[in-house]
Amino acid sequence: MRVHIVSTCHQALLRQAESAYPHECCGLLLGSHDDETKSITHVQPITNEHADDHSRRYLITPRQMLQAERHARRAGLRILGIYHSHPDHPAEPSVYDLEWAWPWYSYLIVSVLKGAAERVMCWTLAHDRSGFLEEPLTLIPNGDDVCP
Amino acid sequence: MSVSILIPSALQPFTQGKDEIPVEAATVEEALAALTQSYPEMKLHLFTEDGRLRSFVNIYVGDRDIRHAQGLATALNPGDEVMIVPSIAGGTGTLEPKAEPSPNLSTEELQRYSRHLILPEVALEGQKKLKAARVLCVGAGGLGSPLAMYLAAAGVGTLGIVDFDVVDATNLHRQILHTTLDVGKSKLESARETLTALNPFVRIEEFPTALTSKNALEIIRDFDIVVDGTDNFPTRYLVNDACVLLGKPNVYGAIFRFEGQASVFWARRGPCYRCLYPEPPPPGMVPSCAEGGVLGILPGLVGVIQATETIKLILGVGEPLIGRLLMVNTLKMQWRELKLKPDPACPVCGDTPSIRELIDYEAFCGINRPAHPTVTADEEDLEISCTELKARLDRGEPIVVIDVREPYEAEIAKIPCARLIPLADLPDRCSELDPDAEIVLHCRSGVRSLKALRLLQSRGFRRLKNLRGGILAWADEVDPSVPKY
Repeated sequence: MRVHIVSTCHQALLRQAESAYPHECCGLLLGSHDDETKSITHVQPITNEHADDHSRRYLITPRQMLQAERHARRAGLRILGIYHSHPDHPAEPSVYDLEWAWPWYSYLIVSVLKGAAERVMCWTLAHDRSGFLEEPLTLIPNGDDVCP
Repeated sequence: MSVSILIPSALQPFTQGKDEIPVEAATVEEALAALTQSYPEMKLHLFTEDGRLRSFVNIYVGDRDIRHAQGLATALNPGDEVMIVPSIAGGTGTLEPKAEPSPNLSTEELQRYSRHLILPEVALEGQKKLKAARVLCVGAGGLGSPLAMYLAAAGVGTLGIVDFDVVDATNLHRQILHTTLDVGKSKLESARETLTALNPFVRIEEFPTALTSKNALEIIRDFDIVVDGTDNFPTRYLVNDACVLLGKPNVYGAIFRFEGQASVFWARRGPCYRCLYPEPPPPGMVPSCAEGGVLGILPGLVGVIQATETIKLILGVGEPLIGRLLMVNTLKMQWRELKLKPDPACPVCGDTPSIRELIDYEAFCGINRPAHPTVTADEEDLEISCTELKARLDRGEPIVVIDVREPYEAEIAKIPCARLIPLADLPDRCSELDPDAEIVLHCRSGVRSLKALRLLQSRGFRRLKNLRGGILAWADEVDPSVPKY
C-alpha cells in the first residue's frame, strides 16, 4: 500500500524522535485508508513503557492500545500503524521488530543520528511474516504550505 | 450465544474491512475458533505454530484482559464484546549496527547494468553506490525530465521528485518525461509512470508540493544530492540556501532561449549559488521560459550535464563541476567555462553568514503574492474583459483594437480587426492613432499592453482600455479556435 502523511504529522514525529534522543520514542499513526492508500492525518505520541532499556526498545501496552483503538473509533479514525525511532541506527526494521510485527500496520521508523533525525522509512510485514516490505511514503502538504 | 469480536485495523484486511464480527460462542476460545474458521488467514498472526496465542496478541472481554480471568477458557455472556488488542513493541536491540547499508544487486539488475559493471570506474562497487544513493530532483519539467530519466536508467536507487504542476500541451516540446496522453495529468504521476517503465528497480518518492521555506529542510534532509531543475529565482535561492544549511551538494542547471548554464554548488567544497549571484535580478527583467521562449532540446543538453555530475558525485570519480560555471550557447555551439570562487562575504556560506535559516524568498526576489503583477484599482478601471470587447465589437461600436505584440506572435494567433503596432514601435507611431478614438490595447497576457497604455496616456490619449488577460484570455473566453502559445 502507499502511505501518505501530512507534513505537520511528519514534522511532529521528527521532533518527537529528536527530543527523545538518545531514547527511543514511539506512537501511533492515525487516519483513514482505502484499498490502495493509507492517509496519515494524526499522530499520537505514546509513552514508551519498556521498563529496562528505553534506548533500544519500545513498548506500547495493550491497555494503551485498547484506549487508543476506542478513542480512534469514536473519532472516526483508524490506527494505520506505529512509528518509532532508532537512535543511531538505520531506519530499517530489526529482527526484534519482526518478531513483534502485526500485519497490515505501517511501521514508520525514524533514524536519529547524534540527535538529528536523518531518515524516515515506512515498512509493512510480508504476508508470510518472513520479513518487512518497504512502503512508499509520500509527504502531503498542509493547505498553508503550498505557494499560490 | 451471540457475541461480537472487535477487529483491530491491522487484521481488517482479513475480514474484508469489517471491524466487528458477530459469532456464536460460550468461551473466548470458541469465539476465536469461529473467527479463524471464517477467516483462516488470520490464524498465522494470532497463534503460534503450536496453537498458543502469540505474545503480542491480547484478548479483552469488555475492559478485562483474559489473562487476568480464565484465559482462553473465559466464559462469555450474550452481547459481550471480545476485543483483539495488539501490544506493540520493537526496537534496535538485536540488530547489528550497520554503518553503510550496501544493497545487493539481483540477477536482473546485474544484467541491466552490465555496461556499467565492466567500467572499472563504476564496477559492482559503484553500481551499489548508485543503488544506495538518494537524489532529489526539484521539478519534473524541462531539466527534470532528462536528468530524472538518465538517473533512473543508471540505477540511482531512490529518486525524490518535487513538483505540484500539471502537464500542459506547451510542456511537450521539451519535457520528455511526459507524453501527449499525459496532458492534464499531474507531472508527478506522469513522471512516476515513465520512470518506473524505464527502470522498475528505482524507488520514486513523490512530493506533490511547491518547495517552500517551510518544507524545504524537511524534504531535502533525507537526500544525498539535490538537483535543481527549477524555473524561477525564489525557488533557486531557496534550494541553494537549504543545501548550504544542510551541507548537501546542489547540482545546478539553468536555461534561457538558446543558452544554458550548469555547475555544482557545494559550500563544503566550493562556492554556492549566492557566491555567483548574491542578488536576484529585478522582477520581470529575466523572462521565464513561458515569456521568453526556450529551444526544446536545450533542457535536454543541460539536464544531461546535471545528471552526469550527479552520477560522478555518487561514484566519487572524475573532476566535478565544483567552482566552475559551464556555459553553452547552442546557436554558436560554443562552450565556455568560468572559474568561480567562494565569496568570504557570502551571506549564507561566507565567514560570517547572516542567513542562518530559510527566509521569505518571494519577498527576497521582489515578487509580491499573487505572483502575477499586481493590478491596482486604477489599472482595473482601465481594463476591459474579452467578452465585453467582443459584445461591443459585435454591436458595431467604433473601437480601435491595437495589438502591441511582435509580428511573429501575430503570425501564431491574432484577434480579428486588431491592428499590429509592436510596443517598441509605438512611441514613433503614436501619430497614426486618433487621440479621440476609443482604443483597446492587447498583447499575449496583458503585461506589455499595460505598458503601452501608460505610454499613450503620457502622450495625451484618454479613451484607453487594456484587454484583460490578453489574447490568451480571448482564446479561453471568446474564440477557442485561437491558438494559445
